[in-house]
Amino acid sequence: MSKEILSGNEAIARGAYEAGVAFASAYPGTPSTEILENISKYKEIYSEWSPNEKVAYEVAYGAALAGVRALAAMKHVGVNVAADPLMTSVYTGINAGMVLVSADDPGMHSSQNEQDNRRFAYFAKMPCLEPSDSQEAKDFLKLAFEISEQFDTPVMLRVTTRVCHSKSIVELGEREDVPYREYKKDFVKYCMLPSSARVRRVELEKRLSKLRDYSNSTPINRIEMNDLDIGIITNGISYQHSKEAFPNASVLKIGMSNPLPDKMIKEFAKKVKKLYVVEELEPYMEEQIKMMGIEVMGKEVIPNIGELTPDIVRNAILGKSVAFEVPKIPLRPPILCPGCPHRGFFAVASKLNLTVLGDIGCYTLGAYEPLSAIETCLCMGAAISQAVGFAKAYKGPKKNRIVAAIGDSTFIHSGITPLIDAVYNKANVVVCILDNETTAMTGHQEHPGTGRTLMGESTVKLDLESLCRAIGVPHVRVVNPNNLKATEKALREELSFDGTSVIIFRAPCIVRDKSVWKKPLMVVNEKCAACGSCFKIGCPAITKDKSGKATVNPILCVGCGVCVQICKASGSEKCKNVSIGYCSDICSQICRFSALVEKEE
Amino acid sequence: MNFKNMSVVFTGVGGQGVILASDLLSEVALIHGMDVKKAEVHGMAQRGGSVISYVKFGNKIFSPLVEKRSADILCSFEPLEAIRYIDFIKEDGFVITNTVKNFPLTAIFGKIPYPDNPIELLYKFTSKVYEIDALKIALEIKSPNVVNVVLLGAISKLLPFSDDEWFRAIQKKVKAKFVEVNKQAFSKGKEAISF
Repeated sequence: MSKEILSGNEAIARGAYEAGVAFASAYPGTPSTEILENISKYKEIYSEWSPNEKVAYEVAYGAALAGVRALAAMKHVGVNVAADPLMTSVYTGINAGMVLVSADDPGMHSSQNEQDNRRFAYFAKMPCLEPSDSQEAKDFLKLAFEISEQFDTPVMLRVTTRVCHSKSIVELGEREDVPYREYKKDFVKYCMLPSSARVRRVELEKRLSKLRDYSNSTPINRIEMNDLDIGIITNGISYQHSKEAFPNASVLKIGMSNPLPDKMIKEFAKKVKKLYVVEELEPYMEEQIKMMGIEVMGKEVIPNIGELTPDIVRNAILGKSVAFEVPKIPLRPPILCPGCPHRGFFAVASKLNLTVLGDIGCYTLGAYEPLSAIETCLCMGAAISQAVGFAKAYKGPKKNRIVAAIGDSTFIHSGITPLIDAVYNKANVVVCILDNETTAMTGHQEHPGTGRTLMGESTVKLDLESLCRAIGVPHVRVVNPNNLKATEKALREELSFDGTSVIIFRAPCIVRDKSVWKKPLMVVNEKCAACGSCFKIGCPAITKDKSGKATVNPILCVGCGVCVQICKASGSEKCKNVSIGYCSDICSQICRFSALVEKEE
Repeated sequence: MNFKNMSVVFTGVGGQGVILASDLLSEVALIHGMDVKKAEVHGMAQRGGSVISYVKFGNKIFSPLVEKRSADILCSFEPLEAIRYIDFIKEDGFVITNTVKNFPLTAIFGKIPYPDNPIELLYKFTSKVYEIDALKIALEIKSPNVVNVVLLGAISKLLPFSDDEWFRAIQKKVKAKFVEVNKQAFSKGKEAISF
C-alpha cells in the first residue's frame, strides 16, 4: 500500500472512504473544515454542507438510521449547536454506524472559546476516541464505525487543531464494502416519547458498562512500559509531546477516553513510582483517575489553559521554567484583505459612530484597530438576538446608533430565527447582512445562498431578500458596501425608521471572485496632504511613508476604490502602468524600495 | 537507515506561500525515506496575519511542534516575522531571512514601530544569520509568487536532499504549468547563498 503525507483532516476523510462511509455532512468551522472538503472528492460518498451543525448531525443520524454509515463533522463549538439531537441520539442508538467528529481548538487559534468536548462525550455517555496523529486519525475513525455498530451508539472522534492541521505519514488502505442495513420500524427504540425514553435510558447505562469492558481490552489503550520512575497517562497530541519530552518514561496511551479503561489505569498506576496525567485543557482524565482513589499529579503542574508543547510538558514535570526574551515588535494579527467589501461598511459605521453588534466570520476582524467598529462577538447568529435585547433594554446615549452585523453564511446558520424574533416582537433593529456570497473565513465554502452544493452541483439559490420579506421585515434593501455614499444613506435612513429593517450589503469576496479586481490605485504624491484619513480604513495595501503621506502597494491593491472615496484630497488615481498579478519593471522597483508611486504624466 | 532528526521553522505573512514551502520540505523528506511531521494553523490566520509552520524529519518524530531554542533552521519570508519567532532557533542554528519588509498595520497605528535594523536583532540569538532578497531573485524570472521556493532553494544547501529529490517533490506538489518556474526559482535560490 502507498504512503502519503496527510493532515489529520485529510486522513479522517481517507478513513471515511476506507470505512465504507456513504453519507457525510458538516458546517464549515476551523479546525474541522477540510474533513468534508476532502470527503467530497470521493464520489462514493454523498457529502453536503448543511446550514448548521444541528442539521448536519441530524441528517447524518437520519442516514445512519436509514441504513448507511454516516459521519458528521464540526468544530467544538458546533457541537453546542448540535447538542440537542446529540444528547438524545445516544438513547435511540443508530442502525448503521454513525460517527461525530468534534474538532477542538486548544489555544483558540480560530475560535471564541476552548471548551473541551471530551466533557460532551462524558455528558452524553457516548464513546470517545482520540487519535494522536494522521495514521491514527484514519485508523481510529474506522474503529469508531465498528464500535458504533457493535454497541449501537453514535461515537465521537475527538481531534484537536494539532491533529487536524499537522501532517504525518499515512499508509493508505482499500475501501471496505459495507452492506446496507435495512431500517426496521421500532417505535420504542427510535421514537423518544417519554414511555420509550425511559426504556432506552436503562439501555444506555447497560451499554456504557459494556463499553467500559471494551475500553479495558481495546489495543488503542496501551501501556508502553519503560523506566518506572515516571509514569504518564496521556491522550491525543499530548501523547506525542510526552514521548518527545520523556522518551524513557512509561506511558499509558489513552486512545479511548470515554469510558476510560479503569482496570488498565489501576494496573499502570501500581507499576510506576510517580504518576502524571498529561492532557490539554480540562482535568478530564485526572478527575476520574482521582475518583478511583489513585494518587496522581495533573493540573497541579500541567496548564489547563491553551495548548501543550513538548517544552511545556517537560518544564511542568521537571519544575523548570525557561524563558527567552524576544525583542518587542509590532503584532501582526489577521486583517481584512485589501479590497474586502466589509471595509466599506465598517468605514461608514465608524464615521457614523455606530455600535456594531458583531457575529462570527471574517467581518469580526472589523473589531481591530483602526476600524474598531465591531463591539461584540459571542456565537453564531447572536448579533441579531443581541440587537433585539439592546433595542428593548438599552437606554444609553447611542440609542439610535445600534446595528447588528452578520455574514450571509452565519445568517443562514443561526440568524433567521432571531430575525423572526425581531419582527414578531416588534424590535426596532437594523440588521446588516454582510453578504459576500460565500463562507469566507473558513476558506470559501458553498452555502444555501450561493446556489451550489459541496458536491459541485447547482441548486436552488436561497434568496435572502425574499426570505426577509416573507418573515415580515418591513424594510429590506440591497446596497453595495463599496459605495460609501449609498452605504451611509441606507444606514441613516434605516436607523431613523421605527421598526425592523434589513440592509443586505452585497459584494463578492475578492479572494474568491477575482473578476471584480480592478487595476491597482496609486497615490499622487504632490497632491497627498498627509491627512491620514485613508489609513483609518485599515487597508493593508496602504502604508505610510516617512513624510506621513500614503503609498499604495500595487501588488496588494485590487482597486476597490474605497480609499479614493475616503481621500479628502482626492490624491488616489488609477494607475495605468501597473497591472495586478504581474509585476512590470516599474512595479518591481516600487516593491523593492518602498518608494513613492508617482503618476507618470 | 539512520537519519539525524532535524527541525525547520518557516515564518512569514499569510499569503506569502509559507505553507507550500513547508509542504515541499515534508514531501522531500518522505521521498528520502524519512519519518516526517509538520504543523501549522489554518483559518483565522489565512491572510495578512503572522504565519508559522514547523517541519521535523528524521528517524522517528513524535511531536509535530518544534521546541523553543531547538530549531536547526529558521527560514523567514519577512524580517519582522524572523524576530517574532527567533526564540525557536537553537544556539548555533541558521537563520535565513528574506529582506523585503512587509509593514503590519499595527506598525502604523500602534505604539511599537517597525524596527529600523531588524536583522541586527537576530544576532542576539545566533551568529549564523543570512539575508537574501528573494523577491529580487523571483522577479529575475518574472514570478513574484515563487519567493517561497527561492528561499527553499537557499536552505536546501543545509539539508541532506538531492536536487533530484527536490524536483520530484516540486513535481508532485505544484500545478503542472508552474513546475518549471518553481524548479528555476529553487536553483536560483540555491545559487544566491553560500554558508
